[in-house]
Amino acid sequence: MSGIHVRTKINGDVVEYVCDADETLLDVLRNHLGLTGAKEGCSTGDCGACSVTFDGRLTCSCLVLGAEADGAEIGTIEGMAKGEQLHPLQRKFLEHAALQCGICTPGILVAAKALLEHNPKPTETEVRFGLAGNLCRCTGYDKIVRAVLDTAEEMRHSSHRRA
Amino acid sequence: MPLDNTPQTKRNFSVVGTRPLRPDGIDKVTGRARFGADATAPGMLVGRILRSPHAHARIRKIDVSKAEKLAGVKAVVTREDFPDHTNGDGALYDVLYNIMAREKALYEGHAVAAVAAVNARVAREALKLIKIDYEILPHVTDVDEAMKPGAPVLHSTIFTDGVEPKPKKPSNIVRRYEFGHGDVEAGFKKADIIVKRSFKTEATHQGYIEPHACLANASPDGQAELWVCTQGHFMVRDTCARLLGWDISKLRVTASEIGGGFGGKTTVFIEPVALALSRKANRPVKVVMTREEVFKASGPTASTSVDVKIGVTKDGRITAADATLRYQGGAFAGSPVEFGAMSAFACYDLEHVRAIGYDVVANRPKQAAYRAPGAPMAAFAVESVIEEIAKKLGMAPIDFRIKNAAREGTHASYGPTYGPIGLLPTLEKAKQHPHFKAPLGPNQGRGMACGFWFNFGGQTCVSLNLNNDGTAALSVGTPDIGGSRASMCLMAAEELGIPYDKVRAIVADTSSLGYNDVTDGSRTTFATGMATILAARDAIKKLTARAAQIWGIPAEAVTWEKGHAKPAGSNAGNFPPMSLAEIAAQAGATGGPIAGHHEYSADGAGVSFATHICDAEVDPETGATKIVRYTVLQDAGKAVHPSYVEGQFQGGAVQGIGWALNEEYIYGKDGRLQNAGFLDYRIPVCSDLPMIDTVILEIPNPGHPYGVRGVGETSIVPPLAAIANAVSAAAGVRLTSLPMSPPKILAALDNRAAAE
Repeated sequence: MSGIHVRTKINGDVVEYVCDADETLLDVLRNHLGLTGAKEGCSTGDCGACSVTFDGRLTCSCLVLGAEADGAEIGTIEGMAKGEQLHPLQRKFLEHAALQCGICTPGILVAAKALLEHNPKPTETEVRFGLAGNLCRCTGYDKIVRAVLDTAEEMRHSSHRRA
Repeated sequence: MPLDNTPQTKRNFSVVGTRPLRPDGIDKVTGRARFGADATAPGMLVGRILRSPHAHARIRKIDVSKAEKLAGVKAVVTREDFPDHTNGDGALYDVLYNIMAREKALYEGHAVAAVAAVNARVAREALKLIKIDYEILPHVTDVDEAMKPGAPVLHSTIFTDGVEPKPKKPSNIVRRYEFGHGDVEAGFKKADIIVKRSFKTEATHQGYIEPHACLANASPDGQAELWVCTQGHFMVRDTCARLLGWDISKLRVTASEIGGGFGGKTTVFIEPVALALSRKANRPVKVVMTREEVFKASGPTASTSVDVKIGVTKDGRITAADATLRYQGGAFAGSPVEFGAMSAFACYDLEHVRAIGYDVVANRPKQAAYRAPGAPMAAFAVESVIEEIAKKLGMAPIDFRIKNAAREGTHASYGPTYGPIGLLPTLEKAKQHPHFKAPLGPNQGRGMACGFWFNFGGQTCVSLNLNNDGTAALSVGTPDIGGSRASMCLMAAEELGIPYDKVRAIVADTSSLGYNDVTDGSRTTFATGMATILAARDAIKKLTARAAQIWGIPAEAVTWEKGHAKPAGSNAGNFPPMSLAEIAAQAGATGGPIAGHHEYSADGAGVSFATHICDAEVDPETGATKIVRYTVLQDAGKAVHPSYVEGQFQGGAVQGIGWALNEEYIYGKDGRLQNAGFLDYRIPVCSDLPMIDTVILEIPNPGHPYGVRGVGETSIVPPLAAIANAVSAAAGVRLTSLPMSPPKILAALDNRAAAE
């Protein structure tokens, strides 16, 4: 099988790789690029542990081929913190103990960030439906929902202060 | 320094009971934490396992010659590569048989061969080239069917234990258990009302999001390293070494971060196979299960069939309780029916009680532990009958439970006499809870249930090394599944009298620390926590001796207070307190490094009880159920890090909600699993659920210096029954079969309408 050359942007950096036609974006991130923050929980798009943004849209990277990322902009969990500065969601997840084992956490954070970008003032129900594609087996989601709602409120206040 | 024998006396904790950030937190929110599948090694191969498509088949011949010749294939293993080193240990032989089929494949998904190749594509192609000659045999997957005379027999070696006379013919019934006391027949004669019901539950999976994964690196001389997601890396080491006939000392196992276990990662599946492949190829081999493999070939829990009979007097006192429990635990002995039978009536104070259990094999994957293994199904049956009988008596179910609840001094149905326990406090707190008095909407019903779990202690070993800047490095041997490193740091900091963030805890590999049992039985915060406290006290003894040496006074004349050595009194001398950091800085000049250790088999794990309240809304047109409100009240003994205690309560309740309403292993007539994926095996998602309210009660466990009880498992015991009671109240008809999926609820509603 001959490789396919791909040039893409991941977390703002230009990245080039060669992948097989049957390799998913998740395979490429994890096995070629050393970006193991996205997890493979099912490889069928049911668990959301591999969530990334693809041209700004929340996507299961196990459902996209590596070759399809050519020319796209990909966002992964590794790009969420800026240097030492955690994203408010990352900080709130820690404060609220919104993770136990932590395997679903990268995917849930990527999904929650995408949710808040589209809807900065979600209701509890909107948070629950916004995260319905991300399975967590440890927490029962209670503390995750609280962390997201609390982040949304803090981000609204801080953007208000800045404005 | 003795254990505090009276933890009941109110102790003022400085850091235990607070909610600091977890030490592994930033790694886990930035994607940096390394889980099972996240490791790589130079020259690494990809391992894949070929699995039986048949539920039951004799393996006549395995031909791997074509696979071995495929370019890029570096090793192929089959049953020939796993000679029997088990020396008559039947349970270990079952593990050997489970990781690689021998004369027969006993379930769909049973491993039959494995390959290591340069990449996943070549490995997949190689599996297709392996030719297996199967003789398909009749199969059985249902527990009641498997027990019938004439059912296909899985093993010619199983002759039911625990019955007299011992059968002469083999069957699928491994063993009969019986627990209880008194005379149930005499007890039922005193009853005014007797309720008898039969129940069924389907098999469910722990559903951890991280599939099993490991990276093996073995040499032909038997030296080997293994990186693996597991609840117990010492168990993995010992089991793999024994299965492969290697020296334990040559195998070093490192526990990765673990993406959920819930009991399902307390045994081995892929690990011995990966090691065998690696040794044969003389290269590192990574094996990662697919989700389909996790469903078909790891260790789900038992499906069950349970009969319960309870008799009461008109004034609401139970006169007798009897249960028969039948659990199939897959293709090998060891379903959790013993725990089911022991725990069935553990919540009640009973004069006459009996629980009989049958361990049954069937053509399904070998079960593994699942959070309070065996107890939720028993509680589902018993607590359903309790609720029904209370309603027949015209008594509020909570008052009926309070009247009959086990308390300190109760002779438990499984043998022991209870010390201080928290069941009544959870019931009384439930009765006062606003949830209990909140109005219900249309088509809504409220249910409640109690639950019990034993909890466990087990072999434990920790090391606490003090650094010369006054910080502490704690090595534990129990993998951290849900934040236990934070709890260990809290307990070490509490004892040493230093800030929480001055202690760093790691899960040490098997070559760096003595043996530790797996993280199971809700034991880690209890047993590893107690070992940490005792190791800290050991270190303090050495710290005070060093201070005494520096001051030139007897060691007995020095005490430890708030992180400082102090002269015990004015007679001892007049020295200013010396901090841990000051003593540690002088360690080199006063005798060398200062460390505390503790090794023991922890005893005294306090039993734990919970009461759950659930409001369910049933849609009469679709049969769909929504949980609209849920409250967990549980005794934690002492909550070391309350946020993670709440998390255990919430997580267990939600796994129970999935078990009660959606989750089930669905088998076709061909004995194949029809829903081996998260789309068709639907675990609860965020939008299915309400907030899960929690109330932590603290009735100290006398067996732990801070009063800690395990909290991880009890939370999954009451939900099946609490939800069934709520759904039954909402639907106006008793549901006795799990999961209470929409078709079952519609059928029950139709039956009710027909009866009316």
